[in-house]
Amino acid sequence: MNLTLKVWRQKNSQEKGQLETYQVKNISTDSSFLEMMDILNEQLVNEGKEPVAFDHDCREGICGMCSLFINGEAHGPGEEITTCQLHMREFKDGETIHIEPWRAKAFPVIKDLVVDRGAFDRIMSAGGFISVNTSGNTQDANAIPVPKEDADMAMDAATCIGCGACVATCKNASAMLFVSAKVSQFALLPQGKVEAAERAQNMVSQMDEEGFGNCTNTGACEVECPKGISIENIARMNREYLSSSFK
Amino acid sequence: MTKLDSKVPEGPIADKWTNHKNNIKLVNPANKRSIDVIIVGTGLAGGSAAATLAELGYNVKAFCYQDSPRRAHSIAAQGGINAAKNYQGDGDSTYRLFYDTVKGGDYRSREANVYRLAEVSANIIDQCVAQGVPFARDYGGLLDNRSFGGVQVSRTFYAKGQTGQQLLLGCYSAMSRQIGKGKIQMYNRHEMMEVVIVDGKARGIIARNLITGELERHSAHAVVIASGGYGNVFFLSTNAMGSNVSAGWKIHKKGAYFANPCYTQIHPTCIPQHGDQQSKLTLMSESLRNDGRIWVPKKKEDAEAIRAGKMKPTEIVEEDRDYYLERRYPSFGNLVPRDVASRAAKERSDAGFGVGTNETGEAVYLDFTSAFMRYGQEEANVHGLNDASQEKIRELGEQVVEDKYGNLFQMYEKITADNPYKTPMKIYPAVHYTMGGVWVDYNLMTTIDGCYCIGEANFSDHGANRLGASALMQGLADGYFVLPYTIGDYLADDIRTGSIPTDTDEFAEAEKSVKDQIDFFINNKGEHSVDHFHKQLGKVMWNKVGMARDTKGLQDAIKEIKEIRAAFWKDVKVPGAADSMNLELEKAGRVADFLELGELFARDALLREESCGGHFREEHKSEEGEAARDDKNFKHVSAWEYKGEPADAVFHKEELEYKNIELKTRSYK
Ligand SMILES: Cc1cc2nc3c(=O)[nH]c(=O)nc-3n(C[C@H](O)[C@H](O)[C@H](O)COP(=O)(O)OP(=O)(O)OC[C@H]3O[C@@H](n4cnc5c(N)ncnc54)[C@H](O)[C@@H]3O)c2cc1C
Ligand code: SF4
Ligand code: FES
Repeated sequence: MNLTLKVWRQKNSQEKGQLETYQVKNISTDSSFLEMMDILNEQLVNEGKEPVAFDHDCREGICGMCSLFINGEAHGPGEEITTCQLHMREFKDGETIHIEPWRAKAFPVIKDLVVDRGAFDRIMSAGGFISVNTSGNTQDANAIPVPKEDADMAMDAATCIGCGACVATCKNASAMLFVSAKVSQFALLPQGKVEAAERAQNMVSQMDEEGFGNCTNTGACEVECPKGISIENIARMNREYLSSSFK
Repeated sequence: MTKLDSKVPEGPIADKWTNHKNNIKLVNPANKRSIDVIIVGTGLAGGSAAATLAELGYNVKAFCYQDSPRRAHSIAAQGGINAAKNYQGDGDSTYRLFYDTVKGGDYRSREANVYRLAEVSANIIDQCVAQGVPFARDYGGLLDNRSFGGVQVSRTFYAKGQTGQQLLLGCYSAMSRQIGKGKIQMYNRHEMMEVVIVDGKARGIIARNLITGELERHSAHAVVIASGGYGNVFFLSTNAMGSNVSAGWKIHKKGAYFANPCYTQIHPTCIPQHGDQQSKLTLMSESLRNDGRIWVPKKKEDAEAIRAGKMKPTEIVEEDRDYYLERRYPSFGNLVPRDVASRAAKERSDAGFGVGTNETGEAVYLDFTSAFMRYGQEEANVHGLNDASQEKIRELGEQVVEDKYGNLFQMYEKITADNPYKTPMKIYPAVHYTMGGVWVDYNLMTTIDGCYCIGEANFSDHGANRLGASALMQGLADGYFVLPYTIGDYLADDIRTGSIPTDTDEFAEAEKSVKDQIDFFINNKGEHSVDHFHKQLGKVMWNKVGMARDTKGLQDAIKEIKEIRAAFWKDVKVPGAADSMNLELEKAGRVADFLELGELFARDALLREESCGGHFREEHKSEEGEAARDDKNFKHVSAWEYKGEPADAVFHKEELEYKNIELKTRSYK
């Protein structure tokens, strides 16, 4: 298939960017979206031009590195899918595709389609852990049984890949889905319960400091989240750990 | 040729590690504060090491090329992690895990290291649970296990199909805690470009800030390389796009021996290649072989009809299917080790029974029908549905399978647009893991003083073939439980050294060599992109140094790789600038190293005149086509010393001794 691409180009964080138009030809419908981008880049290199910078690594939907805003949607069309899992069979021959970076105050553009998500790491350092050292004397893993249902819910929350699509999608650029997923995972497990309230507060105050917006419960994040993280996690965090202590 | 000293402690195997720990030097907590350690790579190995060393009190500087430690390729591991917990009461023990690993590695790993790995394995699970890793549990709330290839017990712990993700996020949490405390300085989007040696000791690195392009000098009292595997030398593999050999190769060029480069694992269950535009391959976890059955048509006409798109697999009746693993290996069936399963798939495909409808025609089926029906029947029984229809039973069974492997099935469907609940998956072997790597002694130190190597980047524990779910175990064992002890023994001599200055000739020279190479790439106005050369290299590697190797092919490969390397240095084109983010420049440096490694890899394969594990020489096979080892001549580790061109690399031998396990021909029949 042949396509027209409108791609955001921006030299660095200081300069202004703009959309540039490119044509790509003979793209196989079995190719992934990023393989299509590879072909564009190969073409640009052969013309002696600088290729489009975009983030990616695992190309199997798990590292959370890829992050394209495609035709106005985080990770493009399709449900529960990352950019790297998107395939060209979802597009029509001759179509024009808009490709932009995540847009959020807390995620400044570094270059072209690459943004800085360091704020997520800083939120994690503020409280996204259970305070336990590697001593070698930890109690036996089966010493505390965990109800299967809790373990499964913790696992569902833990599958967040930290991609930031929730932020990019939210009109307030809120990071609540990301934060609440981590808070929920730990709070649902006996090992993490002890510090649950403190953890939630520390992570949320770091989130505020980073310039993410407030959550107004639009639920847009859940729709675009590639891992199907539920906004139930936000409700749980508010209900159990924030409302009481932030009065 | 010198003999390498593995520094394995004396004494009975079960006591070696404990005795060693009791005899090595310790650094007291106050002194740890004046010692810096650099860790390159923050996957399971580097991440766990960074967290633990920081908890102990060392000042850690950690580096990764991604934008966060959470994205290291360990994140992609699906199936699980082994540990000799014997929670299932099926006779598992430290010895059995040790035995299975040595046997699975086709008797080419170092006994003492493997025993230690098995010994610390149980503690890894305790540690991860304490960190909040949500492993799968049964209805009683206890941890659940599954089986992996090459073993007859259930010792694999898992978190759905995302075990690596959950373990890595556990490490990353532990790291985050230390980053918050300032005990780890984390350098994301930084690539190590060179190691700096001062008075024969590793004392720092040159790193490139991948955002600004700036070259930075970082010093430390020891340098740990944890940069992962080098499967991308094949261009197509299940590794991440950025996975590379460069950190390991840079230390190799400064004196670290590189061991068994030819030992590569080709994983049997990956999604077949779709065509020329392919950029990487996707694994379908080995855990699927617990429940999936592998087959091809018995009749060639059927295979041909399928390849031509005239027939569907569901139209082939049971009698016309060849479940070739069950046929050839009745006692292990679909759960034979990876190397055996991969070769068997290639054998069937080469013989004309492949079912791929892609350009290559290479694929076999992985079919879940039996599992759907078996689980469905169980469910029906449990729920008292005595007269459930076949459709109902299948539906119930599909639900059970979805609970176990839902994300894998979904991943398959996203990539292929086929629904694996309704039609069998198509799979084919792909490059997955590299058992070879930087040579290390029992303390995980390389042949450079103060330079350590852990995780997939080293060669140590898996011999010529790694068993499933053992890489995660090794990475975490190295990082949480082994290195933090052994490195202290070395650092104890450095408590009065003070911080290492970076304004010295050694740092200046290292920086200059890096800068020269970068300038070369930017100024070389060649004709072809980096990928152009990488793909050429990959093709030679796959066709001649892949699943089956022979003398002629290997000799050709050595010659061809040399030619590609020469063409690369003459004709590579890297647009953009050195002083900004430049992804082509990053790739150029990595491919330059792959082009050297590739040749050494082929040389190593040529020299090893036997078949063992993942290394299969056509000239060395039994009458039934199985790998034929030659213990008399090749019961050793091949370790290569850098001397310039790969052709000049000097060969060293570490003889392997088996005192606790009897050498046998591996049989899974
Ligand atoms: C798809 C897939 C599935 C797998 N499934 C399983 C499984 O189920 N069970 C199992 O046991 N094993 C599995 N494995 C193998 C296992 O995941 C890996 O062997 C293991 O995770 C490697 O960990 P590591 O820490 O050594 O390296 P990695 O996790 O690859 O980390 C490498 C680190 O090094 C950094 N790095 C590399 N080069 C540089 C440089 N020059 N400068 C700075 N930083 C650098 C990277 O940024 C990264 O942080 C799987 C592997 C793959 C590919
Ligand atoms: S919650 Fe979903 S969208 Fe947000 S970072 Fe996690 S995986 Fe991405
Ligand atoms: S590249 Fe890793 S999730 Fe897309």
